[in-house]
Amino acid sequence: MPPPDLTSRVNLRVNGAEHALELDNRTTVLDALREHLDLTGTKKGCDHGQCGACTVLVDGRRANACLLFAVAVEGQQITTIEGLGSEAALHPMQQAFVNRDALQCGYCTPGQICSAVGMVDELAAGWPSAVTDDLTSAPDADPDEIRERMSGNICRCGAYVNIVAAIADVNADVAR
Amino acid sequence: MKQFAYARATQAADAMRLQAGTLNSHYLGGGTNLVDLMKLGVAAPDLLIDVTALPYDFVSETDEGELQIGATVRNSVLAAHPQVRGRYPALSQALVAGASGQLRNLATVGGNLLQRTRCPYFQDVSKPCNKRDPHSGCPAREGEHRNLAILGASEDCVATHPSDMAVALMALDAVVHVQGASGPRQVPLGEFYRLPGREPHRDTTLRPGTLITAVALPPPIGPSRYRKARERASYAFAIGSVAAALAMDGDVVRDVRIALGAVAAMPWRARQAEDVLRGTRLDESAARAAAETELAQAHPLRDNGYKVPLLTELVVQTLLELRDLGA
Repeated sequence: MPPPDLTSRVNLRVNGAEHALELDNRTTVLDALREHLDLTGTKKGCDHGQCGACTVLVDGRRANACLLFAVAVEGQQITTIEGLGSEAALHPMQQAFVNRDALQCGYCTPGQICSAVGMVDELAAGWPSAVTDDLTSAPDADPDEIRERMSGNICRCGAYVNIVAAIADVNADVAR
Repeated sequence: MKQFAYARATQAADAMRLQAGTLNSHYLGGGTNLVDLMKLGVAAPDLLIDVTALPYDFVSETDEGELQIGATVRNSVLAAHPQVRGRYPALSQALVAGASGQLRNLATVGGNLLQRTRCPYFQDVSKPCNKRDPHSGCPAREGEHRNLAILGASEDCVATHPSDMAVALMALDAVVHVQGASGPRQVPLGEFYRLPGREPHRDTTLRPGTLITAVALPPPIGPSRYRKARERASYAFAIGSVAAALAMDGDVVRDVRIALGAVAAMPWRARQAEDVLRGTRLDESAARAAAETELAQAHPLRDNGYKVPLLTELVVQTLLELRDLGA
């Protein structure tokens, strides 16, 4: 048993529910979700912030769960793929990925979908990206913008073409 | 990863008191670099002091027309800020050229400035590295150095600073506001970083425990632009980058600021190029002469000589683009 100051009592708010956990301070949000809360939808890919498989929403903004210590996100709302929709009622982004066949093995998909949901909000808020020509006006939601904004999510099956199409579908609905 | 204690500070004084009380502590911002370095064993603090709840989440303009940016502002939020997009476009462009959407949502301004080099030897604890482990040696000079320094390096270290944001800040004459043991201080960004010399383990001139509270930008001299070259179209570190700001009188350069990225242990302010350009008619040959004057100081290694022509072209294109914008 390590000395008490190396662990913390953490109230994690995940998908609307509060969980009181006693965690080693080293526990990332990713490991807390998977190992302590049995929410295995969020995937561990590289565990170094490079692949995006662990993407979740923190207070509505997309973030790499592998680089966040659970103790540091107390009080913030974590939304995982399990919190976006259910099998009976898929989130529009989940439905769009199904409609467009935007996956092959599916391992990166929860991260892709959480990232895409956060990205659509960023676009709607007018945030610029590296391919936005005119910084002073709202960016277009064209495929170049979607590809650039999703570059933090790697798909080793190479399903990118349909991922971009799925996100474009949802974005068009949001914009409408 | 080594075990560590965790504390969240809500006031600067608390953070600094905690820091002073523990031999091996680190401030924790967004954690996008530090948490990774802890996983790699490069950083092994006994105490993490979370500074994201300090009251530094602001972007505000002073009466003198300075833009003050709090240290805990997230990179994505800063890039999207109307004042930054409108008055300091190079900063917005540099921010969105860095990392990924997810990482920019976490990374803070203070943490971005203090991120460590991505030199492969620094990040691999099984290898010697003078920056990570003073006096252990540097395999990079003979080894993998394709993306390491061509300017300002030393026998002991050829690391590059990885930040895009800091290159833009260097060209925008940023001043870093810090809180040290002796009170608040303002450090021009050019004096904030240091070249490796014989002490490559010291990235900055700050004393341990100093806290970054804000970054201030003076009113812009004119339009600005950031251009980045990398090995893939997105989500990669620069192999060369340029931030520049330009003010013209007709077709003559009234004032200019140029900073180069991915070439040195700090964003490289190209003062020699600036001196060449001031008062001259700006055309392609003048821009090229300025870039070549600056890069005449370069000492490329076996595999990174490509950076000299790359940076030359980046400088030329950036300056001509700014000129054509009607600087």
